[in-house]
Amino acid sequence: MTTVPFPHEHEFETQDLMINMGPQHPSTHGVFRMVLQVDGEVVRDVVPYIGYMHRGGEKLAETMDFRQGIGWMDRTEYLAQHNAELSYVMAVEALAELEVPERAQWIRMILCELNRLSSHFMFTGAFGTDAGIFGTAFVYSFREREVILDLFEEISGDRLMYAYFRPGGLAWDVPDNFARRVAEVLKSTRQGIKDMDGLLTENEIFRARTVDIGKISAADAIDWGCTGPVLRASGVPLDLRRTEPYLYYDQLDFDIITGTNGDVYDRFVVRVEEMRQSVRIIEQCMERLRPGPILPDRLPRMLRTPPGEVYLRTEAPRGEYGIYMVSRGGNRPHRLKIRSSCFANLQALRDMTIGSYVADAVVILGSLDIVLCEVDR
Amino acid sequence: MNNDLFGFEINVWADAAARLGLIVGLMTVVVMGLIYGERKIIARFQQRLGPTRTGPAGLLQSVADALKLVAKEDVRPRSADPWVFELAPYFVFVPIFLMFVAIPFALRWEIRVLELGLFYVLAVSSVNIVGWVMAGWGSDNRYAMLGALRAAAQAISYELPLVMSLISVGIVADSFNLTEIVRSQGQVPNIVWQPLPFFLFFVAILAELNRTPFDIPVGESEVVGGPFVEYSGIRWSMFFLAEYAALFILALLGAAVFLGGWAWPLGEEWGLGWQLVLTALKAGALIFAVFWVRVTMPRLRIDQLMAFSWKVLLPISFVQVLANGLVLVYEPPQHIANILLAAVSGAGLLLVVWIMNHSVGKPRPRPVLSPRAATAPTATRSEAAR
Repeated sequence: MTTVPFPHEHEFETQDLMINMGPQHPSTHGVFRMVLQVDGEVVRDVVPYIGYMHRGGEKLAETMDFRQGIGWMDRTEYLAQHNAELSYVMAVEALAELEVPERAQWIRMILCELNRLSSHFMFTGAFGTDAGIFGTAFVYSFREREVILDLFEEISGDRLMYAYFRPGGLAWDVPDNFARRVAEVLKSTRQGIKDMDGLLTENEIFRARTVDIGKISAADAIDWGCTGPVLRASGVPLDLRRTEPYLYYDQLDFDIITGTNGDVYDRFVVRVEEMRQSVRIIEQCMERLRPGPILPDRLPRMLRTPPGEVYLRTEAPRGEYGIYMVSRGGNRPHRLKIRSSCFANLQALRDMTIGSYVADAVVILGSLDIVLCEVDR
Repeated sequence: MNNDLFGFEINVWADAAARLGLIVGLMTVVVMGLIYGERKIIARFQQRLGPTRTGPAGLLQSVADALKLVAKEDVRPRSADPWVFELAPYFVFVPIFLMFVAIPFALRWEIRVLELGLFYVLAVSSVNIVGWVMAGWGSDNRYAMLGALRAAAQAISYELPLVMSLISVGIVADSFNLTEIVRSQGQVPNIVWQPLPFFLFFVAILAELNRTPFDIPVGESEVVGGPFVEYSGIRWSMFFLAEYAALFILALLGAAVFLGGWAWPLGEEWGLGWQLVLTALKAGALIFAVFWVRVTMPRLRIDQLMAFSWKVLLPISFVQVLANGLVLVYEPPQHIANILLAAVSGAGLLLVVWIMNHSVGKPRPRPVLSPRAATAPTATRSEAAR
């Protein structure tokens, strides 16, 4: 005779809930999809899916000559366009062995740092929304970003897709009132950084939501290939502007910001502090900016590079943005590979998220500050 | 069978119909005003203008929104549970309107004077969570389900501090009749003697209304609107209407119970107009505070929210009720009783503030600056492994 166990002798069979977050979700920062396996509110597993924004950018760049390719770089990294262009034009310059005039280099540095500011403002605003503030952080940081974009528009003629850098220098010189405008921008930016600090960094609820969330150790961050603020928040002082200086960064005085804990809070504060450093860098650049040519004297109408290959990386706001370029002679790259900083940073998402709450998953993803166009290219 | 409706002799059934019409008509107008007000106020906080295009200064924006919502298609997901899905808005909507019955606007200006008015309001207000869970379950959507469960957990947790805070005021006022509570505050409003219950009340209504920082069940960046994610058109607007009606009613309740309603500082002799203005001003101040919190606070996480309720608010609200009872059971002279009550309550409030400052988000050192001589990264696990 078989005994039928009483119901209470069985444990209830429970099942984890699969939640499909994205590709259309307000806080996946673009078309990113992650499948969360949740037990109540606790995330047991997360599977990220990328590729929704894949446009075959690297292959497309092989069909574009070196001038067209600059515009394409804007479209891969649409929040730090100048930084993306910089890697590309510097790669071309390295292949073609072009000498860049001093004034062009200084202006490049100023624009790249301004772009870092605008990108980090975008981050602080979007992150505030992720953490649950109803738009206030977003509006405050967009006000500051708008001031910077206005300056970019005056210089390049476009608000987002600048295509202002050229192999060998710049497309044209900056307007006459450049110094005055930069000073204006920096003034409002300084206030904006202070505002973001007051609104978010000092807020108790914000700290409760971010401190000790999504921690990643320095060793893990290096193993995953994280770069930029994500890596520095874990305490690794790796900044290409310091460790392998390009442009004239070695002549300037600025600090590398590193966190201590590698959590979401550190990633946020590292970026805020980096903005202060960017302001310092721009001020020093403005002091050293002298009149002069912005393109080499003899630049061919159609630039051709000798055969060869180069890997060139710069410190973009989100980390190391590298360009691997192979040339077989001719006016376009034979092969182009973009080393995307967000792609590498995003790999660490799973390790950071497992074991946290659903609400934390959103904040952790926000703290990585991904640009999906750059991830998928 | 005649009744007295604001001084007019009127048939009982006509009276009931008139009062019902008053509720529904007034609430619709008030909710439209609240939505407009919230959009304008939040816009000013965010250095925007808010609605400006529809009518003078955008005043008709809510009307336009309402028309749009009514005209929209009422979509029901194919896999949804039809009855549960379609009935859920009513379960949210009706209890909120029932709460309206006992709220005093001015002297002799309430729908009904209930001897246990406070008890009635609390009893009715907790029904609407059923509607939330129905919406979450019936939608057959996982975000909705998650949001509904969060809403249920949150509503149950914060119902208790809310009840306790109102009970402690009821003890002090020696009545659960809202009109009597207001009348007893002619000299000094209850917030002076009972600051801690006022704080508990404010926090609890933020949670009851699912307002920031407790908007966890509807968190836009997490569960995308929670239980409402599948609703559209008129059904969604019923949730919306209920949300703002609840905000209005709970603010009125707070004004009546803690801020002296129509009685303070003018007393009973002043006319109906002044009393209505007083009530509206006090409720408006509470509503403004709710909006203010909404634009400046991030959202708490569900476990932090629950911990705050069960570990901090609830014990301290029990202590407050016990203290009030202990003070009043010995029947000390009125002024000594008041001072004792205020002292206990104020100490409790300071304790809560201290706990909040010391348990939530400890200050952290700012990140380290590596000066110019920073070197390459130190040895790592992977390097050691090689």
